[in-house]
Amino acid sequence: MEAAMGLMRRIPPKHTETALSALLSLLPHHSSDLLSQVDQPLQVLCDVDCGKDFILCEYNRDADSYRSPWSNKYHPPLEDGPHPSSDLRKLEIEANEVFAVYRDQYYEGGISSVYLWEDDNEGFVACFLIKKDGSKTAHGRRGYLEEGAWDAIHVIEVGPEEEGKAHYCLTSTVMLSLTTNDESSGIFNLSGSIRRQMNMDLPVAEGHLCNMGRMIEEMEGKLRNSLDQVYFGKTKEMVCTLRPPAELVQMRLPDS
Amino acid sequence: MSDEEEETTEPELSYKQKLEIAKWFLLNSPPGEIQYVAKDVKAVLKDENVYETAAAEAFPLYNKSHMICLQLLDRSSDVLVTSFSEISEDEYIDPRTAQVAVVDHVKQACIEVRPASDEELPSAYIEEYRCALDAEISKYVGEVYPKGVCSVYSTKGKHVEEPGTDFELVVVISASRHSPQNFCNGSWRSIWNVVFEDELQIVELRGRMQVGAHYFEEGNVQLDTKHECKDSTAFQSADDCAISLTNIIRHHETEYLNSLQTSYLNLPDNTFKDLRRKLPVTRTLFPWHNTMQFNLTRDISKELGIGK
Repeated sequence: MEAAMGLMRRIPPKHTETALSALLSLLPHHSSDLLSQVDQPLQVLCDVDCGKDFILCEYNRDADSYRSPWSNKYHPPLEDGPHPSSDLRKLEIEANEVFAVYRDQYYEGGISSVYLWEDDNEGFVACFLIKKDGSKTAHGRRGYLEEGAWDAIHVIEVGPEEEGKAHYCLTSTVMLSLTTNDESSGIFNLSGSIRRQMNMDLPVAEGHLCNMGRMIEEMEGKLRNSLDQVYFGKTKEMVCTLRPPAELVQMRLPDS
Repeated sequence: MSDEEEETTEPELSYKQKLEIAKWFLLNSPPGEIQYVAKDVKAVLKDENVYETAAAEAFPLYNKSHMICLQLLDRSSDVLVTSFSEISEDEYIDPRTAQVAVVDHVKQACIEVRPASDEELPSAYIEEYRCALDAEISKYVGEVYPKGVCSVYSTKGKHVEEPGTDFELVVVISASRHSPQNFCNGSWRSIWNVVFEDELQIVELRGRMQVGAHYFEEGNVQLDTKHECKDSTAFQSADDCAISLTNIIRHHETEYLNSLQTSYLNLPDNTFKDLRRKLPVTRTLFPWHNTMQFNLTRDISKELGIGK
């Protein structure tokens, strides 16, 4: 398992799916570990009942069917697939509606889905998913990207309410790939995935959705920032180490 | 998620399937990381036979496509493992010192050195052009790439003895930086095919540049770029050709570096914005509190039967 995770850290993120399916076939007895520890690009299915797309993940899957957050039905139909309790379903419906507005304001397009389910210790778990195709042929407003994909997975474990407060544990993963291609600079591709965790104890007076939403918003901002500033920055630094720009070379010349 | 266990009943992979998977992982190793990948592949496979075969097939391909640089046994010079310097699968020529290195692909080391035979070396006429270009390119690479290694190979028309026939030289530049302790590896590779066309008295250049970088501290982010370009110059004396060809190469590589810088500059405000904005379209943080109210009123209206 350690070696498998080691490979996932090295294989180009754009090949995650291929790498994961290769590992699954090599290590079938580790499949549940692999599926829970390796995040893979999100898939989408259309809810035929309301004609809206929804995102597939391990958390809305039962056997080979996936529950749509819009109609609450399994696709393809499944007779005894689990559903959240009616209280939780109410929150799920609300979360999906609000999160869609949030998604539109930050992503200017894309698809989002939220799934909720009871967990064993009186709390619940929520999974917020966003998939954005930012390529110029899809939802890329500005048309800069030949290819551009952003997949965000936020899983929040919400503890039981105690003295008006609840514990929230958020684990977020962002996977992205962006490619530009033009005559003068050729193909330029950056791809990556990072995962972070955030823990908070918050008063539930304003509601769980409000707390979860704020945590996700803060986390997405942080992830975007560290991808942009730190991770992409490090690859840029590497390029400049390999072939320092002219001004650096000139600065060094007097010494040599 | 425990119902995944059913997959254990699936038939085991064939030798061939395992071999293909192992090779795929090895060949997709980022710059300078194939040894780490190999260690993990070996652990995941749990099959020495498959691993040995996969390594024997994948390492030569990886080494050549990444144009790795190996030190000769006596440390007198470096040899680049490329398809242009390849004499046999484990023999690579260093034209500068007229030596042939025997390499162990899996260990990524030179294990033997022998002088190159006359057959393996270009004619005196070609060597004059090759050597002059090699000298100029070496000067340029020394100035511009702190860890750069370069070589000039004669490919087509290697044994042409005198003017009257076309011939081709290939310039290879390979610079890599491995700092696993800083979770960062990268490589710059350029290949320039230089065709000397005798009849037209023109020299045509075709360049391919490829840059890769991997940063993997608590994440996995990779840069992968490719660019091609063409240019030409007049067919002159060996020394004049060397100077003008090196200037052309310097010009294109500098331009390419600039365009990479521009791509990075465009990231935060343009390119990245098409994936996710830094702030919402409203330019203020999302009003989670108000949305709740909005939903509450909608719920009430629904209950009252207004919204229908």
